[in-house]
This record gives sequence, structure tokens and C-alpha cells, in this order.
Amino acid sequence: MVSRCSHPQPDLLMLDVSDLACRRGERLLFSGLSFQVPAETLLHVRGRNGSGKTTLLRALCGLLRADAGSIRWRGETIRDLAEDYNRDLLYFGHLNGIKADLTGLENLRIASTLDQDPADADAIFAALSRIGLEGFEDLPTRMLSQGQKKRVALARLILSKAPLWILDEPFTALDVDAVDLLQQLIAEQVARGGSVILTTHQEVPLTSGAIQRLTLGEASDPVSSESTESETRH
Amino acid sequence: MLKVFYCVLSRDITLALRRRTDVLTTLFFFIIVVSLFPLGVGSEREQLRMLGPGVVWVAALLASMLALERLFAADYDDGTLEQLLLTGQPLALLVLGKVVAHWLLTGLPLVLIAPLVAMQYHLSGTAIWVMMAALALGTPVLSLIGAIGAALTLGLRGGGILLSLLILPLYVPVLVYGAGAVSVSAIEIADTQPYFYLLSAFLMGSALLAPLAAAAALRISLE
Repeated sequence: MVSRCSHPQPDLLMLDVSDLACRRGERLLFSGLSFQVPAETLLHVRGRNGSGKTTLLRALCGLLRADAGSIRWRGETIRDLAEDYNRDLLYFGHLNGIKADLTGLENLRIASTLDQDPADADAIFAALSRIGLEGFEDLPTRMLSQGQKKRVALARLILSKAPLWILDEPFTALDVDAVDLLQQLIAEQVARGGSVILTTHQEVPLTSGAIQRLTLGEASDPVSSESTESETRH
Repeated sequence: MLKVFYCVLSRDITLALRRRTDVLTTLFFFIIVVSLFPLGVGSEREQLRMLGPGVVWVAALLASMLALERLFAADYDDGTLEQLLLTGQPLALLVLGKVVAHWLLTGLPLVLIAPLVAMQYHLSGTAIWVMMAALALGTPVLSLIGAIGAALTLGLRGGGILLSLLILPLYVPVLVYGAGAVSVSAIEIADTQPYFYLLSAFLMGSALLAPLAAAAALRISLE
């Protein structure tokens, strides 16, 4: 079902999900979900509100234990990898994950130190200025607008070297410029051999690599793939 | 490893210093509770001397309880806790960093202010020193054990009451031996050393096990 010029080599196959099922309370959100996310791929998860997009992403992060099925990262289950998997992962959830009482600079410094890849002040300033927050580096993020807070959180993407990004609705509350920039960042991540899994209602144009689409809440063949060059559906 | 621990520690301390009211409320709560007893039971010297150690310890227990709720709640609300879980660092180490910061901000001030408030109870100089030492060993245990409860009740409605019900019984040994050490120090022939050995043992045990338990509880709470 995947028609790309060359099939992904096994070592490039980064995330392998098989027969995944999740329930919230009594309700079964999805079951028998299998898909792969090779390198240089963007997986776009779609679905109605409440179809389990966030649950799926949290399960893929390991924040939530799936009820059935397995998630493998480069051949090993993420439960076995535990912290090693987390090191390869960048998760961006509904909550920005930044401290309102700390400045943008401090937030990013702490985040990068905890990711075991401390960024120096220059790199953080550069990241903040690229995300359009020049001059706001030393303000507590409490003073920033909703969209600016989101930008501080997204600056982590610029500093990150993680091969896998999992982004939950990253485009909400962003203005047109920031949306463009984020699309650019995602395209860069895919171009340098990383993978991105995201939920959004927007289209993300890619300059290289492949887009896969996964639609939750529909019974038959939820995974469809297309190559960016030909935009053909299967 | 140490860098990560220090990073979490300094982060929490910076945050608390920018929001000083949280730290001060705990401290003033402790001072007020301890000061209310002499007003209530009268100023008879012997009676106060007998009550003193117990009152100071119970007040320390309650004050530490009061501060516990906020240990993980703020990080939980803004999503930074989620990020801490996904940093690729041993979670128990991060938890230990947070607990140490919490103790420095809420436990250590109680230890330092204790001699002042204890003066209302006509305690002897020795008894006051013993009380400070016992509090210095005992309050970290309160923070460590409390972290497990705070992690378990995270995000629950009415979690504060549940937290007290879960954790206060676990504080009993610390209370018994902490207050015991101070009471015993008033008797000249008695030796306080066994009390300190026991408090130290509690501290070692909880420093080793509580971060692991709290880390496991956090993972469950965030699911």
C-alpha cells in the first residue's frame, strides 16, 4: 500500500506500532491499529473530536499504557527502552509545558539541560529570535500572550536534536507567521531524517520525504500514504 | 546525573523565590499554631514544658502537610510535569531534586524558627538544641514520605483531604521519636542518642525508597 520510490530499509524503520488498542474508561477508542513511521516521514493523524488522537499520541510517548498491542522503537519496545526512548523523543502536548514564572530563556535552558543536551545562551537567543520573540527573552512568560507562550514552547523544536517529534495540535493559537515557521521546522526535521507525528486540521507542505495519513474513527483501512512528489492516493 | 539533580533543585527554588507567599504561608502557619497553645492552656511553666515538644512537632507535621499539595500540582497544571517524565532522565532523581527543594523551602525554615517559637514553652537550652537537631533529621522524612502521597493524589478532586488521610498516619513514627527525643532530653540521666539513630534510619530509608515510590505514583497519576 505504500508506494515510494524505494521501500524503507529496516534500519530506517523507526517507530513500529502493531495491533494497538486503547480505551478510555469503558469506551474503546481504537483497536487493531498498526502502522509504521520510517525515517523522513510525517504521520498526520486525523479524526473527529474525541476519536482518540491525543490518547494515541500519549500512548506513543509512553505516557499512557495501551490496553493491547506493542510500540517498538528501532526494534525494541518502548517499555524496555524507557528513558532511552524518551531521549529520542520530543513531545509537545496541549499544555505548553513552560513555567509562567520563568523567563523564556530560563525555560529553554532548563528544558535543554534536562534533555541532556544543554544549549548555551547564544543558541537559546538564536532560537527565540527565530521563533519571533526577540526582545522578550527576559520577560517571565506569564507576561506574554497565549500565542507567544506557545512560541516559547515551540522554540524547543529548534533546539531539539531528537529524531522523533510527537506534536499534539501544534498549530492552535499561532498566527500566520508562526504557522509558516512551524511548517518550515517540521519540513526541516523530516528533511534531516527525522520523523514527525502530529495531529492538526491544517495541511503541512513538505519539501522532501513522505506524508502518511492516519484517520481514527473510521472502520476500514485507516492508514493511507502518499508521496510528496506525486500526491497520489492509494 | 548531578547536573540534572541540581537543575531541578535550582529551578524549583527560583520558582519559589518568585512566588514567595507560598513559602511564607507555611512558615506563618507553623508559628501561629505553635503560639496558639500557650494562649489556650495558660502560662503554667511545667505544663507548657511538658506540652512543648509535642506541639512543635504536630505543628511541623501540619505545616509540612499544607505545603505538600503544591509539590507536584503546579507542574501538573502547566504540563511541565509531563515534560519531566519524558526527559530521558531517571524520574526518581528528578523527584528527589524536587523534594530536596521543597524541604529547603518549607522544612528548613521551620528548623530555623523552632528555637524562637519554643521559647514560649520555657524549654531549656539543651532541649531546644535537641529539638532543632530532631527537626533537621525529621522534616526531610516528612517531605520524602509526603511526596508519595502528593504524587498519588495528583489531579484528584479533594486530593488535599485524601492526602492528609494517607500521609498523616505514616508520619507517626517520626512524630513519636522526634518529640520523644526532646522530652527525654529534659531528664538528665536519659540518653537521646537512640532517638537520633532511629530518626537517621528513617531519613536514610525514606531518601532511598520514597523517590522511587513517588516516581512510580507519578507515572500512574499522569496516565
